[in-house]
Amino acid sequence: MTGRLEAALRARRDRGKCLVPYLTGGLGAGWLDAVEAVAAAGADAIEIGIPFSDPVMDGPTIQRANDRALGSGATPQSILQALSGADLGVPTAVMTYVNIAHHMGYERFAASLAAAGVSGCILPDLPLEEVDEWAEAAAAAGVETVLLAAPTAGDERLGRICARSRGFVYGVGLMGVTGVRAELAASAKVMAARLKAVTDRPVLVGVGVGTPAQAVDVCSAADGVVVGSAVVQRMLDDDGPEEVAGLVAEFRAALDAARP
Amino acid sequence: MTAEEQATTAEPARGENAMEQATMAEPAPGGRFGQFGGMFVPEPLVPACQELDRQFCSAWADPAFKAELDGLLADYAGRPSPVTECPNLSEELGLRLLLKREDLNHTGSHKINNVLGQALLARRMGKTRLVAETGAGQHGVATATAAALFGMECIVYMGAVDMERQALNVFRMRLLGAEVRAAETGSRTLKDAINEALRHWVAVVDSTHYCIGSVMGPHPYPWMVREFQRVVGDEARRQCAEILSGGAPDTVTAAVGGGSNAAGIFAGFVDTGAALVGVEPAGGAAIGRSVPGIVHGSRSYLMQDEWGQVLEASSISAGLDYPGVGPEHAHLAAVGRARYESVTDEEVVDAFGLLARTEGIIAALECAHALAWVARARRELAGTTVLLNLSGRGDKDVAQMMDLLE
Repeated sequence: MTGRLEAALRARRDRGKCLVPYLTGGLGAGWLDAVEAVAAAGADAIEIGIPFSDPVMDGPTIQRANDRALGSGATPQSILQALSGADLGVPTAVMTYVNIAHHMGYERFAASLAAAGVSGCILPDLPLEEVDEWAEAAAAAGVETVLLAAPTAGDERLGRICARSRGFVYGVGLMGVTGVRAELAASAKVMAARLKAVTDRPVLVGVGVGTPAQAVDVCSAADGVVVGSAVVQRMLDDDGPEEVAGLVAEFRAALDAARP
Repeated sequence: MTAEEQATTAEPARGENAMEQATMAEPAPGGRFGQFGGMFVPEPLVPACQELDRQFCSAWADPAFKAELDGLLADYAGRPSPVTECPNLSEELGLRLLLKREDLNHTGSHKINNVLGQALLARRMGKTRLVAETGAGQHGVATATAAALFGMECIVYMGAVDMERQALNVFRMRLLGAEVRAAETGSRTLKDAINEALRHWVAVVDSTHYCIGSVMGPHPYPWMVREFQRVVGDEARRQCAEILSGGAPDTVTAAVGGGSNAAGIFAGFVDTGAALVGVEPAGGAAIGRSVPGIVHGSRSYLMQDEWGQVLEASSISAGLDYPGVGPEHAHLAAVGRARYESVTDEEVVDAFGLLARTEGIIAALECAHALAWVARARRELAGTTVLLNLSGRGDKDVAQMMDLLE
């Protein structure tokens, strides 16, 4: 069965390119306002980061966001509680690290995502070989587990990742941590093309996609993009929800304008 | 929950008899030690870990590789390290204390055993750079040493707090040609240095081997590092057999942060009747708290808050300032083959002074933890033979102790 996250991305893919911004949950008093504004600014789905003390996949921007949110007392419960009362009109996916889910217990964590209306979940340090236990608990709760695919994987491994992933396939655009780069890495489009060759699931590329031009560029091969650090930087700069949403609207406009 | 209850309520190990694993043989498929271990790393690093697993298996089965490593351990590191009787301290404590003298190795600790193995393996894999994390600086110094010997580039991540505590080792690493980078995030100690090393590694994985310093991290590291350290236990087994007319000591004890020196010496005695006792710092007792968690690549016991955020460990010794522990130790504790005690900083300071006064040996603060436990448990241990892994020398700690004691 196709979940809500995948259905929304497939629907967008039929008429354009998918845009999934990432916002750190609990970052600043107005974080939920920013999420709502971003939803209205043309996001097809929204990733909500639940901050973790040791985010090994993240670069300096999201590390700072994690530290600040944790320092202000954000917890998985407070973030999910806030989300459960929000009316966004687009599906959400939580991105956090596996210990947060493990500590709560996979079944309880999956149930609390579902109860908060969250459609998907991304746990970057839970690769294919380790994902079964979580993925089964998630599926039972109706939560789509999005898997990462990276340039270092062979084609056979990419095929298995795509078959196991739900919602979309998260193509890692470059070998490195999250963060805005001056140029789009050459590996980003290669990654997208390799994934498109083995799956019909939506293929979104993230990590190192930081500007509307880079998003348009990678979308010549991908179905869409995940934009994290660029958005989170605006939150860190204490910009209001309008400024955060403004950046997302720029990405939306660029992707729409580039549509063939 | 007690260790025994933990063992019986644990989810079943994947197709493996958990007790079989307590023999410290190869881990089960996927790098499992019972319910612990695994390969919990971001997808970009999975192929590198799998390749390392293949390469280590092939090297470890290759007599030429082992012969070259044995040669380096003998001629460069100075192995075998002796086992020393402690007549004065033994009399004072009312037991027979033997020390495995890893402090006498080149670079001053057991860390060189693992690093020479990994550097040889890195060269065999065609890697030209080593990246490492370090807490007290002993592993960083050992890695910088091996990199100098093999003509490799070396980058060491160290928590900014630790760089201050262990300034001498920072200078040593630089003298050896390594670049030392400060980890400025989080608690700015060992766990953050590991985070930074992992973040660095993912971007340079083609050219660079991540030389992890303890029996932690994703598979194959916990197993591989234990195998490179088992030379400590294998030697001590032979040496004890000579000293004890073929017998083994009643107790084998070692300090546990990540747990590599303990894993090395335990591996030599796990199939004997010896009691195995790991000693954690009270402020970093992951096994003492027995809450499972997943960080830095494996499932093990982990100090964490009610939401699973990793807590900062705190101990007088930078080398044990780690909130987790190697997964095989968690398993040995869960199945009851080893027990784990914890000691306070005050007990450690006393033990540090005691060994210096009675035997003329200034030990590293890390292994002073094990001695602190022996001193506390002397009634329980009365009349028995105790082998203690003296994993490093205390030169690096002298300045800190001077500040504390004078």
